[in-house]
Order: sequence, then C-alpha cells, then structure tokens
Amino acid sequence: MSTKTLIGAAYLASAVTAALATGAAAAPLSEAEVKAAMDAGMEKCYGVALAGQNDCAAGPGTTCQGTSTVDYQGNAWKFVAGGTCETMELPGDRMGSPEALDRDIPS
Amino acid sequence: MVEPVISMAKKARSRLAYAAAFTPPLLDPEAREPELIAGPNGKAAKKRYNVYRNNVTVSLVNALADTFPATQRIVGEEFFRAMARIHVRQSPPVSPLLFEYGRGFADFIEGFEHARTLPYLADVARIERAWLDAYHAADAAPLKPDALASIPPERLGQAAFTAHPAARIVRSRFPAVTIFALNRQEGAVGRLETAEPEDGLVTRPRLDVFVRRLPPGGAVFLERLIAGKPLGEAVAAALEDNARFDPAANIAGMLEAGVFTAVAVSEGGRR
Repeated sequence: MSTKTLIGAAYLASAVTAALATGAAAAPLSEAEVKAAMDAGMEKCYGVALAGQNDCAAGPGTTCQGTSTVDYQGNAWKFVAGGTCETMELPGDRMGSPEALDRDIPS
Repeated sequence: MVEPVISMAKKARSRLAYAAAFTPPLLDPEAREPELIAGPNGKAAKKRYNVYRNNVTVSLVNALADTFPATQRIVGEEFFRAMARIHVRQSPPVSPLLFEYGRGFADFIEGFEHARTLPYLADVARIERAWLDAYHAADAAPLKPDALASIPPERLGQAAFTAHPAARIVRSRFPAVTIFALNRQEGAVGRLETAEPEDGLVTRPRLDVFVRRLPPGGAVFLERLIAGKPLGEAVAAALEDNARFDPAANIAGMLEAGVFTAVAVSEGGRR
C-alpha cells in the first residue's frame, strides 16, 4: 500500500452512514455548485421558439441549433431568463414549458 | 465490369499523391498553391484554393471559439482568434467531428508566451473542454445511495466504483471554477472574490452538465476512486493530501453529483 494512513472499518462505516443520512440536503458540494451552462440564470423553455431559432449547446460542428421547422415547436427549446418560461404567453393560447411538449410537432 | 487490380492500385496511388500535394499548404499561408489544382476548364485555380485555405482556418478558429467561450471572453475576441489561429496551424484536427477539436488547446495556452500574464487561462480552458466532453459522453444512470447502503460495513474499505462516462476532474492552482462560471454568465462579469485554488468536478448525471468546486482533498479522493482504487485507499490518500478532508461529506457529494454508476466489493481484496 502506497499510503501510510490506515483506515479502520468502523471509521469508514460511520462516514458512509453519515453520508447516506445527510442525503442531498446537506451535501457539501451543493453550496458551491455552479450550474455552468452557457445559460447561467437562464432556463430551457420548450415550445416558445420560432422556426429555426431554437438554441443548442452541443458545440461546433453539430446541427441541432436552429433546426426546428415550425413556430413554437413543442420539442424544441430556447434559453429564456430563469422563471419566465411558464408565464410566457404565445399566440393561440399556447404556454411555454420547462419540459418537452407534444404540440406543434412537424409531421 | 471488374476493374483490373493494377489500375485500382494506380488510382489509389494517384489519389494519395494528390492529397499529399493538396493538404500541406492548407495550414501554411506562406506556402505556394499546389500546381495540380485546376478548374473545370483546365485553367489554374489558385484563387479557389486560397478561398478554401482561408475557410479551413476560419472554421477551425470558429470551432475553438464555440467550445471555449469563457476563455475567449477573458482575453477578448481579437486576442483569442490570433491565439487560436496559431494553434490551428500547429495542431490540425485528428477527428472529422468538430466538437472533438481542441483537446490540446489548454496545453497550448499554458505554453503560449503572450498568455503568461493569465496563468489561470489554461485551467479555465480545461474546464470548458471537460464541459463539452461531459455533454457528449454516453448516457448512464448515476449510482443510487441504496447500492452503497447494501455493502456490509466491514467490506466498505474494499468497495470499488465504476466511473460515470461524463465525470471529469480538473485541478487548478487558481480559482478556475469561479472564473469559468463568472465568464459563462449572461450579462456583466461579476467581481472575483477569491484567490484560493479550486479543483473542479464536471458531471452530467442526466441531461444537464454540472460544474462544482471540490472540497479539500476531494480531487485526490475522486481521482483514486475513478481510477478504480478501493474506498479505504482513496480515503487514506485524501487524508494525506489534506487533513481537513471530510469523508462523509465527500461521499454524500459524489452521490449527489453522479460521479459513479456502480459499486462492487472486490473479492480477495482484503489486505
């Protein structure tokens, strides 16, 4: 063994028990968490983009950006300011959604 | 009609000869246009070649700009594109997939004379490359806490984990995670309030990529586990790296972040 410290079974068991008990609520990383999107402070909003105006974060050489073919296509998303997606009113009583929608899908 | 083998070999040879003449000047603007380039009417096509030569460089510089937006924001577009152009000409892509281009860019930045005053820049680029790698990594369900709970306490020291395909660690002597996050935001770049070194953890447990700062000893701990070392050894190494290492907090953190997909106790792993 390359390391000098020996870890006892009881020490490990109590660490794992504590980790499972704290769960996600007290996880140490969440306070420092950065939701690093190209969209910090933005959220994905489905069903609000005009044809060809959808966003995509897949990087260079990919083709999903700007590929939606109908206005307000339900499975195409656009980054919008956080908290505004579901309050967005669109023509024809449509609403935006943080989840993909099955309306306005090109056949 | 079946083509005679000799003629096929001849054609292959001539194609190779064509490529050998066509390709090298593409990344060298000083080099002369290859003589064998001709237009449909048989006339020389030097202008056409130069348009293509320019497009090759510009598209690869654009690819780097798309992959490294925070890096570009830190140094500005003019500096970034000049730096990227040098890298493109030294290191053309090895994959036809543009989103894979730029794996050597951070190392290049580290050695780039004019970026020496920004010693953190290479680490920010490493986080950006890891971000896109995580984005394109295979999907996999993260490890459920129950799997860890089901291991008998006396065997925990021998528990070994399977890394999630998207999990990446980026260690830095600078606050690279904070600088990365500040420069990926929309709107104004906020004040940098820290000068502490930061190790970054990049994961994509489901659809979204997350970048986190690791607590003291966390990078050593996770690097060992990702390399397949057992839990007891990883905890020992992390404590030696930093006495403030908190095993419970780090185990909870790695479960939440989705760093692993499976855990198993290695048979005969007792020491």
